[in-house]
Amino acid sequence: MPEPAMGALAGPVSLSSARPWLNRERLINGLLLMALFASPFIAQAVGETYYINLASRIAIVAMAAVGLNLAIGYGGMISFGHAAFFGLGGYVAGISAFHAFDMSLLLSWPITLGGSDFMPGIWLAAMVLCALLALVIGAISLRTSGVYFIMITLAFAQMLYYFAVSWPSYGGDDGLPIYLRNQFPGLNTNDPLTYFLICFVALGLSLALCARLMRSRFGAALTMARLNETRLATAGISPFPIRLVAFVLSAVITGVAGALFADLNGFVGPSMLSWHRSGEIMVIVILGGVGRLYGPVAGAILFVLMETLLGGVTEYWMLFLGLVLLGVVLFARGGLMGLLAGRARHE
Amino acid sequence: MAPVTKSVRTRASAKPTWETEMLRIAGLETFYGPSQALFGVDLDVAAGEMVALMGRNGMGKTTTIRSLFGLTPAARGTVEFESRDVRRLPAYRIARLGLGLVPEGRRCFPNLSVRENLQATARAGEWGLARVERLFPRLAERATQSARTLSGGEQQMLAIGRALMTNPRLLVLDEATEGLAPVIRKEIWVAIRTLKEQGQSTLIVDKTLSELLPVVDRCIILEKGLTAWRGLPSELDDTIRDRYLGV
Repeated sequence: MPEPAMGALAGPVSLSSARPWLNRERLINGLLLMALFASPFIAQAVGETYYINLASRIAIVAMAAVGLNLAIGYGGMISFGHAAFFGLGGYVAGISAFHAFDMSLLLSWPITLGGSDFMPGIWLAAMVLCALLALVIGAISLRTSGVYFIMITLAFAQMLYYFAVSWPSYGGDDGLPIYLRNQFPGLNTNDPLTYFLICFVALGLSLALCARLMRSRFGAALTMARLNETRLATAGISPFPIRLVAFVLSAVITGVAGALFADLNGFVGPSMLSWHRSGEIMVIVILGGVGRLYGPVAGAILFVLMETLLGGVTEYWMLFLGLVLLGVVLFARGGLMGLLAGRARHE
Repeated sequence: MAPVTKSVRTRASAKPTWETEMLRIAGLETFYGPSQALFGVDLDVAAGEMVALMGRNGMGKTTTIRSLFGLTPAARGTVEFESRDVRRLPAYRIARLGLGLVPEGRRCFPNLSVRENLQATARAGEWGLARVERLFPRLAERATQSARTLSGGEQQMLAIGRALMTNPRLLVLDEATEGLAPVIRKEIWVAIRTLKEQGQSTLIVDKTLSELLPVVDRCIILEKGLTAWRGLPSELDDTIRDRYLGV
């Protein structure tokens, strides 16, 4: 008997063994991951190293969208403020690198803390800070719903944006350059291919985390909270803490993606915190397919490719992005994943 | 209102003492916005008892249940569960005290599998997956299917199973057999009788009197948002049926 509860694997699917669990959606998922994984190697082979960084960019924005998808797609929380977490992650990487570079102190009170270019430490700090920020934002905004939730999350993100713009110690409006990419022990992070692999593994882990989460009791309860919170409440479970935990996890994933993004670009600025960024991540989620595990990957591939290919031809590439988005919303309600892989198992 | 006092008195000797009294609703008044739906509902369920809540459509049965669970908060009156005032508690706290609701219209979660539906809100106790699947073997057969693919009757079984998995001390069944095929209806009545034999305290709303009356201990009839009659199923004669139930 097929065991659908075992869910999608994070890794690529083998094509040769047509076991019952290999359905169309898993095949598409595997192909998407394999295409993303193979492209930088192909680019390396033909000497087009620019495209390696493009693949890293896809992996990173896909990961940011995986985080947002957990909130929007699975939790029904339409956050228009995920740039706050994306940017906070970026600033953690940037500020830490800034102090490591000029050997100055990040904090002198209550503890003395210097900067660091140790990537795992930076990611951990980004996770903790994003979790704390999301706890505050979530605890306040989850008391509302619908349009009010959208507006409150947007307001929090804008507060952070204006704070970053007006804080001169870390570049203010001009942003903060990262002169030397942060380091990962045993790896040469300056090598584009190595850095892509780091980003790809991070994306894979975030997909695996979401898949595991949604197969658990917690995931079922989160789905219940989205579909009908009254029914969940009459079974003795308050929807609020479940949503809050999902919101925090979502922010943590997006925050780590932000830290990777800052290191990829060697720069962090207020634009990472702006509402355009929140909109961009949301567009990726919608393009790919809301509530589909691999939707963000499909959406990120389409988005970044359009941005690069059309952006090279015309300054008004956003116009075409808008048309594509319109097409997806009107004719392919399940997004790209809906188009490619059909309706979701439980939809 | 003669029938009320009379039947209450006949029942008085057999009436449970306050220690075994599980649910007590008195003088319940509930509004939907400015319009009043309940004008003073009195209702009680003792431990191990199965009580029928009856009345024609629109008389306040579902509103009473909604007020009991805090979904449509009561404006006035008493709602006590195991001597504890629950009137101002949020729905999830009320449910956690030991109340389980099977809402009208077979409400399960279509996006989740049968087993996910059962397990997501489960709480520790005598009712577990194995026992629910013994009560409804069809649910075991369909464990990994999504609830959307179940028939109406199977969805109703799932809704009852889901409520039982929270191990409620008082189960509330709102129209559990309405709109189902006769075969499935029979299966659900078998399950309800099993629950009764096992001593599950239950408040049940149903319109199939031929199945309902043999299984319940007492009947409470609502009319226009008021408790109009209460008594034993055997006391529910044709006059009362014509007067309050229109059958």
